[in-house]
Amino acid sequence: MIDSIKSFMGWFFVTGDPMIYGADASIALASIGIVAVLTYFKKWKWLWQEWLTSVDHKKIGIMYIIAALLMLFRGGVDALMMRTQLTLPNLHFLDAEHYNQVFTTHGTIMIIFVAMPFIFGLMNIAVPLQIGARDVAFPFLNALSFWLFFVGAMLFNLSFVIGGSPDAGWSSYAPYADVEMNPGVGQNYYLLGVQISGIGSLATGINFLVTILKMRAPGMTLFKMPMFTWSILITSVIVVFAFPAFTVALALMTIDRLFGAHFFTIAAGGSPMLWANLFWFWGHPEVYIVLLPVFGIFSEVIATFAHKTLFGYAVMVWSMVAISLLSFITWLHHFFTMGNTAPVNAFFSISTMLIAIPTGVKIFNWLFTLNKGRIQFTTPMLWALAFIPNFTIGGVTGVMLAMAPADYQYHNSYFLVAHFHSTLIAGTVFGIFCGLHYWWPKMFGYMLDETKGKWSFWIFMISFNVCFMPMYFLGLMGMTRRMYTYPAGLGWTPINVVMTIGAFGMGAGFVLMAYNIIWSAMHGKKDATGDPWNGRTLEWSTASPAAEYNFAHIPEVSERDAFAVTKEKRKAGNAGTVKSYAPIHMPNNTGIPVIMASFMFVAGFGCVFEWYWMAIPGVIGVIACMIARSFVYNDHHYISVEEIKRTEAATGRLS
Amino acid sequence: MTESTLSLHEKDRSKMPLEYTTEEGDLRIVGFWIFLAAELVLFGTLFGTYLVLQSHTAGGPTAKDLFEIGPVMAETIVLLVSSFTCGLSTIELRRHNKKGLIGWLIVTILLGLVFVGLEVNEFYTYAVHEGAPISRSAFLSGFFVLLGTHGCHVSLGIIWIIGILLQLGKRGITPVTARKAFMAGLYWHFLDVVWIFIFTAVYLTGLVI
Ligand code: HEM
Ligand SMILES: [Cu+2]
Repeated sequence: MIDSIKSFMGWFFVTGDPMIYGADASIALASIGIVAVLTYFKKWKWLWQEWLTSVDHKKIGIMYIIAALLMLFRGGVDALMMRTQLTLPNLHFLDAEHYNQVFTTHGTIMIIFVAMPFIFGLMNIAVPLQIGARDVAFPFLNALSFWLFFVGAMLFNLSFVIGGSPDAGWSSYAPYADVEMNPGVGQNYYLLGVQISGIGSLATGINFLVTILKMRAPGMTLFKMPMFTWSILITSVIVVFAFPAFTVALALMTIDRLFGAHFFTIAAGGSPMLWANLFWFWGHPEVYIVLLPVFGIFSEVIATFAHKTLFGYAVMVWSMVAISLLSFITWLHHFFTMGNTAPVNAFFSISTMLIAIPTGVKIFNWLFTLNKGRIQFTTPMLWALAFIPNFTIGGVTGVMLAMAPADYQYHNSYFLVAHFHSTLIAGTVFGIFCGLHYWWPKMFGYMLDETKGKWSFWIFMISFNVCFMPMYFLGLMGMTRRMYTYPAGLGWTPINVVMTIGAFGMGAGFVLMAYNIIWSAMHGKKDATGDPWNGRTLEWSTASPAAEYNFAHIPEVSERDAFAVTKEKRKAGNAGTVKSYAPIHMPNNTGIPVIMASFMFVAGFGCVFEWYWMAIPGVIGVIACMIARSFVYNDHHYISVEEIKRTEAATGRLS
Repeated sequence: MTESTLSLHEKDRSKMPLEYTTEEGDLRIVGFWIFLAAELVLFGTLFGTYLVLQSHTAGGPTAKDLFEIGPVMAETIVLLVSSFTCGLSTIELRRHNKKGLIGWLIVTILLGLVFVGLEVNEFYTYAVHEGAPISRSAFLSGFFVLLGTHGCHVSLGIIWIIGILLQLGKRGITPVTARKAFMAGLYWHFLDVVWIFIFTAVYLTGLVI
């Protein structure tokens, strides 16, 4: 009995590596610490009522961002571990197996649990405010999306200490990821963690699509929307059409592994190439899901700090539409070398290169927006300005990779790794940092410190180049991706040393940013006006942070840059008419989303270990929550006129 | 007078069918259509997978060996009739006839149950009697998962409609219950359309080719 418990524990918990014990200890300590603090300050009720059950898009946005920052930390530690291992030839900091796990979790976490949720967080904060709405179309579903993402992320991260991490790469190619070659629970964690959060992402796509299509303030026609809102509209369409394919791909591989089916196996007629196709049919649009929104953020920030309207608004929109359509017909460029015929490669080569055209158009539009503007070098603006050249390098090398014959040379080398980090870091990460600094006062009512912000920007941006510029050359010198060590004497060592220095520099930049967040929480400048940047769009017309109901009166819009126009009118002495308040109808908080997601976690964990006694009750719990929700009828309340008056007076907005 | 959470696109709602008379109902129905679009991609992917793997029988039973037109026709007719009765329920909904609505919905889910029963029986026959379980070949994996996904959708639809029936019984036809009944109808018809594709792409081509 004791022995069997012992052997179970030895298999259930990952053992053997001192780093893992360190992680176990720090996870345990952090959890105990959180529980202790919450209990000591009697904050449980507050946590439940104000956050866990909230359906307010602003709070959900903040929760997304906090979770994404934590995940960025984990993914960043993974990156630094890899870079440490590769600094010099023949190091034994990580062994081969461990290295495989680390690049797999790094890639998956960065894409699925950092880039996407960070963007979802920012769009939750900004989009309803930008379109003059009081919430998203489906607040309940919005909370559910967040909690599904959250439990998916937790499930995935648990693999590190319980059962073992996946090691088949973030793209999890079959047949390696299938059960014969990859037994154990690691790959199951990948499949279920990503699946659960993916369902949440799909729901978010539907939610924002309806919100933007149906809930804009009167007068805000589609072509008067802020550019960030446009980018989210288009992104939502991509989400709705790309994610179901991924849902299916993940489900099929799960069925292969759990129930012995043969979709992607080599035996019994399965087709490993089918996985590659399904994965990238989602995977390529996915990179635009994390890119188009930051294009939107940069458009807002560049226009605001150049003090001009965006140059070429309609062209900006149409180029995003073109990118979104093209993004669905380029997936094969990820496997030019895997035995397609020449005409097929030629088609996908050309379709990929075509994407450079609308993207280039957008770059020029940003430059023309800057042209003759009164440029103000705030922290968000620095991130936006740095994006333009750094991202362009990623774009140009992307076109190089798109040439199928040349890709036989570049494929799976560090040239590729450098390319996608140039787009993902200089695009997505610069963009989310830009948006974070830009909307921070709107989220919390105080500013992040500018000096510290600029320092963290310069350290991060320069280190990024120190790390990833040399990487292109390393790729051309023949170092391939996903290799855990290399022999001396190939001339790779100096570049690897420089890259590791750059990587730690980026870590330092991130730490400084985290410090800035903590420092500013205590000493940050209050944002009393709600409009600290002299913004152009409606989110800046509300208080910082905005009231629960966002707008006491739904704004009326007549032109683009609606708030800039209002401010000009006010200057000209036209203050608009004073209207009386009416009670506002708002959704109630509800605990169902977090409970339902918890059942999903139980079901997912059960499936990971093929413990159906656990998985089936989990699924039943999920269905029970859905039924319970269906029977809830009074899910709204009214905010009274007195309360509106009180809230508005508190921020000096009583008209 | 109250202002709703939602911005007001002025539109005369009182002339619309009941399920569209509130802003919220309108939003949800639009959202549901978009959800169905996503479902379309989901089934499209499953169809694509099935068609790729159809010939990968790995020496096991082929479509021709397994499929029999009799049970398949029975499933098809039952499901198509259920779609028709579901349509009748929507007509009764428009007439604000609670009894008719509930009655036709009950007929619909009974037919749905028969369909699920027939399908389970078909699966059972293949897997147990004909030596063709999901793990036998890639073709069978594709077959069971495509049809199983459809069958699960029908089953969930049945549970959902039972929930709506209870609410209709308790509250009668209100803008909210009308919306739910209407959306369940959309869902049911959608599953019917998927079945027609299954009938063509799986059974007919399987029997002929
Ligand atoms: C501190 C910044 C970062 C550093 C130093 C870094 C470093 C690395 C390294 C060393 C690898 C493994 C290369 C290999 O062995 O093949 C890698 C892979 C990867 N990284 Fe990063 N990375 C960083 C940030 C990011 C970010 C922000 C993202 C995405 C938003 C990202 C996405 C990926 C992906 C998708 C892979 C591929 C994983 C795989 O091969 O399965 N990385 N990164
Ligand atoms: Cu791609």
